[in-house]
Amino acid sequence: MRKKDSRDTVMLDEDDVIVLDNVTHVYTNALVLRNVSLRIKRGEFVFIVGASGSGKSTLIKLLLREIVATKGGVYVLGENLSTMKHRRVPAFRRRLGVVFQDFRLLKDMNVYENVAFAQRVTQVPNAKIEKSVPTILKYVGLAGKYKAKPRQLSGGEQQRVALARALVNKPEILLCDEPTGNLDPANSQEIMRLLDVFNQRGTTVVVVTHNKEIVDQMQKRVITVHKGVIESDIESGEYEAGEYDYEI
Amino acid sequence: MRFNSLGYIIKEGFKSLFRNKWYTLASVATISACLFLLGAFAAIMLNVQYIVNNVQQEISVTVFFQSGTTEEEMLYLRDQLILRDEVEQVDYTSADEAWETFAEELGVTDYLDGFTDNPLADSASLTIYMNDVTMQSELVEFLESKEIVRRVNKSELAATTLGSLNSLVSVATVGIIGILFLVSVFLISNTITIGISIRKEEINIMKYIGATDFFVRFPFIIEGVLIGLVGAAIPLVGLYFVYNNVIIAIVTRFSSLSSLLGFLDVTEVFQILVPVSLAIGVGIGFFGSVFTCRKHLRV
Repeated sequence: MRKKDSRDTVMLDEDDVIVLDNVTHVYTNALVLRNVSLRIKRGEFVFIVGASGSGKSTLIKLLLREIVATKGGVYVLGENLSTMKHRRVPAFRRRLGVVFQDFRLLKDMNVYENVAFAQRVTQVPNAKIEKSVPTILKYVGLAGKYKAKPRQLSGGEQQRVALARALVNKPEILLCDEPTGNLDPANSQEIMRLLDVFNQRGTTVVVVTHNKEIVDQMQKRVITVHKGVIESDIESGEYEAGEYDYEI
Repeated sequence: MRFNSLGYIIKEGFKSLFRNKWYTLASVATISACLFLLGAFAAIMLNVQYIVNNVQQEISVTVFFQSGTTEEEMLYLRDQLILRDEVEQVDYTSADEAWETFAEELGVTDYLDGFTDNPLADSASLTIYMNDVTMQSELVEFLESKEIVRRVNKSELAATTLGSLNSLVSVATVGIIGILFLVSVFLISNTITIGISIRKEEINIMKYIGATDFFVRFPFIIEGVLIGLVGAAIPLVGLYFVYNNVIIAIVTRFSSLSSLLGFLDVTEVFQILVPVSLAIGVGIGFFGSVFTCRKHLRV
């Protein structure tokens, strides 16, 4: 069933977790996104691909409510991000998980504390942290390295810690910005396998990437952004390798 | 706010003091230097005020009466004067006491015994000591309006000079403390800004995870308050030892002035200095970090 947002004209389906309605975004002098519209449903796994400067990262920033669209509506988990009050942003972000290319782990903290940090920040009781952190570390295959500092880990392991941190609060949507950008093929495969596992458990996954091999192999929905416009949107398994092609 | 979260935030505030230890040391040192100057200046000002007040209290107004004024009328005027705010003390000297004092001062009491009547019969007087010499002209005006008053002896120049000096000292104290306060706020604000830039990555992560503004900012405020508190405590300890030594040195070197220069005891100075310095330290830390967080931590 569709519901209408009271302040806008867009119709939201119950299973729509991300809706962009005619979104335009302009940085100081540059038009980054132009009339972008898309819908992502609960439980989907979506790749957003495009060349550098195409507007992919701006899309992630809009979805995280780091920036507000210059024009148009951005709806995530039923919330209109354009009209969202600043004080409501933290509660909204707790429903999302986010993974970056450069891992963004805290160097002074060990693996356990890096993951626990996500729960401490959201004021989860200690007793719950002590249960949930070892569990998620086991899922990502790092239970034996919980005492290690980030510098003692490989790139792939660091990204798995970042993934564990993003997932420990059981987010409804996982946003990944170039999660395999700093990884070798084997570690990239491992990260994708984990993303697929959590997607199958019900988490909606949105991955911004350059990595064509990974995209070809995963056979998920692919949205291609080119010069701030959605050039193609191909459903899972409906494309041949390179069909969504873009220039790097 | 859960108790364990509040504990975590406070712990983070303490930890960040040590995490950025060189910046913490630098800001504690600069705050200490500022508050040391502030404390030293306040101690000097308190003593100057103390000395000025002492000298002020030595300045008196003396009232002589018309011939025929009865002692009752004089004492009635004394009682009226005691009720006035600017009056500290009123001493009554009768004609007989004036004569005895005169004879003693001359050192010829035996010779003066030959006088059967008091030659200073009209010399009964009231000596008025004031707590605020700037009010001297009002007091003199009041006295001169009384019919029984024959003459009022006063020192207008001394009263005006001391009054002006006292006001100058008060204004200078407030002004210099204000300037040092602003300098300290600026310094602590710089330290917090550096702390924020060092921890930008951590703050960004907190932001993406969904930390509230309070959760992100509060450790910085704790850090600022602790820096302010330590920065205030160190100069107090230093000043305690310096103060005593300086007073001893002054009294020894300028022993000829010892009758004129009376200094406040260290405990009297510190009764004012300790709460004021600690409050200023905490205030500098609190406001410095709040303003900096507001400016740099829009999360």
